[in-house]
Amino acid sequence: MSGYFKELFDGTKSLFIGLGITAKYFFEPVVTMQYPHEHIEMTPRFRGHIELIGDEETGEPKCVVCGMCQKGCPTGCISLAGEKREGVKGKVLTEYILNFTTCSLCGQCVENCNFGALRFSRDFNLASPRKEDFIFDLIKRLKEQN
Amino acid sequence: MPELLRVILFIIFVLSFAGLNAAYLVWCERKGAGHIQRRIGPKEVGPYGLLQPLADGAKLMTKQLFLPKGVDPVLFMVAPLMVMVPAIMSFLVIPFSETFVAREINIGLLMVFAFASVNVLGLLLGSWGSANKYAVIAGARCVSQNVAYEIPMLITTITMVMVTNTMNLNDIIRAQSGWFFHWHLFRLDISLLMPVAFLIFFVCSLAETNRAPFDMAEAESELIAGAYTEYPGMGFGVFFMGEYANIVIGCALTVILFLGGWQAPIPLDFGGFLGVLWGMFWFFLKLYALIFTVIWIRWTYPRTQFYGLLNLSWKVLIPISLFNLILTALQIKIFPWL
Repeated sequence: MSGYFKELFDGTKSLFIGLGITAKYFFEPVVTMQYPHEHIEMTPRFRGHIELIGDEETGEPKCVVCGMCQKGCPTGCISLAGEKREGVKGKVLTEYILNFTTCSLCGQCVENCNFGALRFSRDFNLASPRKEDFIFDLIKRLKEQN
Repeated sequence: MPELLRVILFIIFVLSFAGLNAAYLVWCERKGAGHIQRRIGPKEVGPYGLLQPLADGAKLMTKQLFLPKGVDPVLFMVAPLMVMVPAIMSFLVIPFSETFVAREINIGLLMVFAFASVNVLGLLLGSWGSANKYAVIAGARCVSQNVAYEIPMLITTITMVMVTNTMNLNDIIRAQSGWFFHWHLFRLDISLLMPVAFLIFFVCSLAETNRAPFDMAEAESELIAGAYTEYPGMGFGVFFMGEYANIVIGCALTVILFLGGWQAPIPLDFGGFLGVLWGMFWFFLKLYALIFTVIWIRWTYPRTQFYGLLNLSWKVLIPISLFNLILTALQIKIFPWL
């Protein structure tokens, strides 16, 4: 009989403790992020699609058009072109197209680059219904960043 | 004909009150659930998501009223109404203020309980008519649950009727006039177990309205949607409105029987129109505080198992409410001047 009342008291007490916990949570600030309206900065080691790194002073791409990234790419999604210009040492990059639809984000291109001209971007919000939106012109992107 | 006008105005008030409550309690429920789980809840449709109930209603209304194969068409269509209509009928005797009541009849309490007992019949017919195994399981659970919880609820109600000597809801409230310690909840001189009786009544009203943690009629994680499994669009919507109307009725009864109804906690009487508003203010304040508690309880406790539910009623609530009945009778007999 005493067990009956003990269980009753303990049970009722624990129910009120439970209510206390949820009441505390009710007045605490929310922890969810309202995603489409706000989002957090991506972590530094996030591997998004690649992008060109510009020279700190001129803003021009550091790429010397050696083509190592293109050669190392297992899916062949990088195509680039360059030309010789008067008064400039080496080649100048004129076109750098990344076909992101076939890219597997393996990072061989960044690994192969001896001149520190490529890095992973931190873009993750890339959804689109159109295939053409995933053919990235990286030179244009670099200019927009500058 | 002012009497006819009064009746028509009250019908409009009661219908809109039930409808608006159903709509905006869903909003409160979702906001409450959100904040208890440290989310925001609805916020996109209108400011603070206030238009969300309208969007939900429009969505439910545009859905096809589809009759699945094998259902009993009459029972299937009548069942939601049998949940909704009695709940609305009960509003007719609820005194929102001393004079703001559609019909002050001397058996108001009995009428509310008579109509409240139709609720479970509606659920049973709906689940039987659905020709769905989950619905039938839910219907069977629902009936045994309601039978079990109606007993302690009615015993507690009998105790309160014994104390006040009337079934007129307004007279029950008048018996609690004065300071807040005249409310039945704090009248330990009538019965030492009065707060326990209040808890029993509140728990039973949760179980009677099939609210969590006693939501055996829906039990979505076990029985799809229980009795509502086969209901499309507004059929489900009407069940839902009935459920919320029943919550309001259950909380209103708790407020009337234990928390002094429209009585203010301090003896302050304005009289006239201001007095009506003053009474309504306190009634709705207590009512919505209790309804918030109902929502709070839903998002705190997990659903009980079915045997636990029946054990609670038969082994705990019924013996204690019976003991309370005897204790109250004794205290009234020994101290008849109270």
